[in-house]
Amino acid sequence: MNTKLLIAATAALTISITSMAKAEPQAEVLHWWTSGGEAKSVAVLQEEFSARGGTWTDMPVAGGGGDAAMTALRARVLSGNAPTAVQLKGPAIQEWYEEGVLADISSVANAQGWADVLPASIAGHMKCEGNWCAAPVNVHRIDWIWANAAVLAENGISMPTSWEEFNAAATKLQAAGITPLAHGGQAWQDATVFEAVALGIGGPKFFHKAFVELDEDTLKSDTMKAVFDQMRIMRGFVDSNFSGRDWNLATTMVMNGEAAFQIMGDWAKGEFLAAGKRPGIDFLCASTPGDGFLYNVDSFAMFDVDGADKEEGQMLLAELIVGKNFQKVFNMNKGSIPARVDVALDDFDPCAHASAQDMAASNSGGSLLPSYAHGMALRGAQSGAITDVVTAHFNSDMSSSEAVDMLASAVANSL
Amino acid sequence: MSGWLEKQLPKLVLAPSFVAILIFVYGFIGWTAWVSFTKSKLLPRYDIVGLIQYDRLFVSPRWDVAFSNLFIFGCLFIIISMLLGLLLAILLDQKIRTEGIIRTIYLYPMALSMIVTGTAWKWILNPGLGLEAMVRSWGWESFSFNWLVDPNMAIYTVVIAGVWQASGFVMALFLAGLRSVDEEIIKAAQVDGIPTWRIYSSIILPSMAAIFLSAFIVLAHLAIKSFDLVIALTGGGPGYATDLPATYMYTMAFSRGDIGQAASSAMIMMAVVFAIVVPYLYSELRAKND
Repeated sequence: MNTKLLIAATAALTISITSMAKAEPQAEVLHWWTSGGEAKSVAVLQEEFSARGGTWTDMPVAGGGGDAAMTALRARVLSGNAPTAVQLKGPAIQEWYEEGVLADISSVANAQGWADVLPASIAGHMKCEGNWCAAPVNVHRIDWIWANAAVLAENGISMPTSWEEFNAAATKLQAAGITPLAHGGQAWQDATVFEAVALGIGGPKFFHKAFVELDEDTLKSDTMKAVFDQMRIMRGFVDSNFSGRDWNLATTMVMNGEAAFQIMGDWAKGEFLAAGKRPGIDFLCASTPGDGFLYNVDSFAMFDVDGADKEEGQMLLAELIVGKNFQKVFNMNKGSIPARVDVALDDFDPCAHASAQDMAASNSGGSLLPSYAHGMALRGAQSGAITDVVTAHFNSDMSSSEAVDMLASAVANSL
Repeated sequence: MSGWLEKQLPKLVLAPSFVAILIFVYGFIGWTAWVSFTKSKLLPRYDIVGLIQYDRLFVSPRWDVAFSNLFIFGCLFIIISMLLGLLLAILLDQKIRTEGIIRTIYLYPMALSMIVTGTAWKWILNPGLGLEAMVRSWGWESFSFNWLVDPNMAIYTVVIAGVWQASGFVMALFLAGLRSVDEEIIKAAQVDGIPTWRIYSSIILPSMAAIFLSAFIVLAHLAIKSFDLVIALTGGGPGYATDLPATYMYTMAFSRGDIGQAASSAMIMMAVVFAIVVPYLYSELRAKND
């Protein structure tokens, strides 16, 4: 009798301990924000999460621009033990959803009114068949052109508003012995310049047809040839030593006045600011010539997890990520702008203001577009196939008509 | 009992590693082969759809570049390493006084990892930082050595770095081979007044056939699985001009979420290895049976 009582008491105790533990929200977060500013930004989220009574298990996997983290994720999902939240973006969210491993966080999203504060096209990436399955963190703009203010002033050049102007300015700079375009010959950087040129020359509709819908006629069109023609001209504006150079070294060339322009996403701003340069005075930022806004939105996808504590942690995490405070602090650190449009931008710099204004304008004008070069528009296999052609063209003497044929066949082969 | 144990002990000791190799080498080769016949994307799937991944592979221009680079790199790397290694070994074999020191110096590159070799050569060959900039600063303004950034020549820089790394090791192999040739035969030849180059070409080298074969096998597998050297030296660039099958496979599997494509390229790589190793094994086994 006594033993039975003891067992019952132990069992009751165990249950109460487990249920106590269950009351506490749990979150295991897989991400690759490990560099200085980024790590600081994640720490902010971590603190907020603990302040609300949650237990945060950090799972940072550095390396390979997220490749290493994706490998870790694959292993975890295959072993049936997915992390609570994973840093994922764009079509990758849908790809994981198709594998049937994402959770539905619509209850939080509806309670917090995400639909009202997020631009529609960005919200579209966060939904899986109509249900919310991911939470956006920030908006990076890709189609920026950065310039050294002093170099432009000395040569009597203003920020170009068309590609003809850019070419004229670059020729002038070249004559003056300055590298017109600071560029690093890595495939993703070639692709970054390419998509800015494609948006500028073809316009938003062309961009959407080519890089979101993968329409074959558009890929082979004369406009696309014109885009490659411009890329060939751009090739003449980079220095001879550009192969393999990292993007931040290219940014340094602009800072030092060795080069005048760089086409790069707004993380380049972080480099300028870190070096003590002031926007508008030491360096200039403007959108690349042409209409539209190419975005790269980082987000956290929520995976299916077992246990009330983990689900609770997931909901809390989603709420905090889209919360105004985190959106502001994180993006101040990272150089991007908040994904939600109702965050006060008083503390942000002029470039961020310009970015936010353009985002609002392009959102209503229908020219707010996903970046293909940064994996927002297409799945890995397709965007990779396009990048292969872009980088092969840029690094050889391939003609534009050869390039468009190769582009169309590479895309068809990747499907 | 002890007699039985003594008899079975070797088998018992070898059994775990035998099982491990069976599963982790041959099992996973089988798994990869299976996956290469599927439409696996982000995660492996197991419904076989036929040869679609191989069709995609063979029309891909990037694979074309990667595969021909394997032959350019592989042939030059093996031939130059062996010639250079042999030359160094013969020169060292002349009973010179500082042989110990020189041998160590030549062997040292092998102690470095390919990543270190690749990074060092990246700086040496960078036109703005390394050799070209140095020679130009000496006053030879027209000197140009920009293979690293020239898409048509970049693969040869990989050969240079690879040869630098491996030829010392090949030298050590050949040196051991040279020393193992029977001294008496050489002396007899010298007594007969045969010139030294003739002694090498007609007596010593032919008796080293086995060493040539092992050096070839070691270098060939280094060439085929070569990955880190390219990543560190050129990152596959400019464009994808220095892609090798191994870097292609890595890109497909880990960056692009195209596991089926990665598996098919891995199978082709394995076929190339088999094409080299199987004749070798065959000749070895036949030699034993004789």
